Amino acid sequence: MIRTEFLSKSFGKLNVLKDISTEIKKGEVVAIIGPSGCGKSTFLRCLNLLETPTRGRIYIDGQDITAPNVDIKDVRQNIGMVFQHFNLFPHMTVLENLTYAPLKVKKVPKAQAQQRAMDLLHRVGLEEKAEVYPSRLSGGQKQRVAIARSLAMEPQVMLFDEPTSALDPEMVKEVLDVMKALAQTQITMAIVTHEMGFAREVADRIIFLDNGNIAEDAPPEVFFSNPKSERACQFLEKVL
Amino acid sequence: MELSPVNWTAGIINAFGVEPALPLLGQAAPTGFSLDFSQIAPNIPFILQGVWVTLGFTLVSAAIGFTWGTILSIFKISKFKPLRWFADFYTSVFRGTPLILQLAIIYFSTPQLIGYSIPAFQAGVITFSLNSAAYSSETIRGGIMAVDKGQREAAMSMGVAYPLMMWDIILPQAFKNILPALVNESIALLKDSSLVSTVGALDLMRRGQIVAAEKFIYFEPLLIVGLVYYIMVMTFTMLSRRLERRMRKSD
Repeated sequence: MIRTEFLSKSFGKLNVLKDISTEIKKGEVVAIIGPSGCGKSTFLRCLNLLETPTRGRIYIDGQDITAPNVDIKDVRQNIGMVFQHFNLFPHMTVLENLTYAPLKVKKVPKAQAQQRAMDLLHRVGLEEKAEVYPSRLSGGQKQRVAIARSLAMEPQVMLFDEPTSALDPEMVKEVLDVMKALAQTQITMAIVTHEMGFAREVADRIIFLDNGNIAEDAPPEVFFSNPKSERACQFLEKVL
Repeated sequence: MELSPVNWTAGIINAFGVEPALPLLGQAAPTGFSLDFSQIAPNIPFILQGVWVTLGFTLVSAAIGFTWGTILSIFKISKFKPLRWFADFYTSVFRGTPLILQLAIIYFSTPQLIGYSIPAFQAGVITFSLNSAAYSSETIRGGIMAVDKGQREAAMSMGVAYPLMMWDIILPQAFKNILPALVNESIALLKDSSLVSTVGALDLMRRGQIVAAEKFIYFEPLLIVGLVYYIMVMTFTMLSRRLERRMRKSD
């Protein structure tokens, strides 16, 4: 589904990602963890080209999206992204947030877009909030709406960039529950997170990034109980 | 109500209080602080008709000016450098020279340059539009920059094209934030539109001057003109407050 080859990203002289080559298979749920500044958010943001890689290639469904003739807008329709700070459109109601891109980008008929939006709101448990503006929602509700908004485009891949980091502790669970339910479906998920318990429970694979390199790539049961790299051991000692 | 050059000049001078009134045609002008509207009462409707002229200038110029200003502001944040240079240079020219000079150049030079004797209304609208675009483009650019960059990323991540993203996501939020500044700009425009009196457009200001020069009574007609400007600005302020409240409903 997603394959990167020697993916590198530098900001000036700072090399944030160094030759990352990995693959995320269709339907796989991958948690990307690591100390802050290790490049995990940058890696995720390269996958839909919100950051332009300095070097290397990214293949989505076999298509090289770093090729010059690719219209990235078409690729992005197929890759949903959930942000740390939700980024809901404040001047639109919840329903309008969910129907905007399907209507304007995919040209879905209005009735159909609204029906799908209501179904998704039902799935994240926020049907009754369809007509309110985002400012009336709690952080957890906002993030659930943001997840529903991404899903409204019916993407095959979902990218989560620290989706619970900006939430009050008591709201983390409601968002993680939605993500857990989503992981049961066939959608491909890449999740940058600090929630180790969640990563252990939900992910099929853990990618541990350190200093722009993949320091460890293993199933959660192996990674959490028997990490190979010294850096991962140190990291787990601190967070667990 | 046309005027001979002689008493028109006198009217201008006296309207600005440079010299005391000269009773050229033998009428005795009353002095002192008594207000007497009875003599100009028949002319008041003539003055008030200027409201539509002034409003026309302001609304048309604001509409064109803000549209052009928005386009310039998008030039200013463009990745394509020549567009940025153009917009910055444009702004510097219109902010760096007096408005009355711009008006004079457009009104008096157009016939010379392209042989078209431009009507005062057109010259005024063109000048005020071009000028207010220069000012508002800076305000709008600031408003766009102040919209959280996460909004852009969210739109981009769903495959929304740049023009659509600007129009539907960024500009509505930008305009909401800069509404008070744009109201300020419009009020300045409404008052500055009185400059068209210098090229002979029959706006509120010029009508007051005409009546004053005709009757040799200066304070009363100009007082009426001032009052009308004030009421227009107050009405406008009130309407914009209401609009602002309506736009805040999503907060």
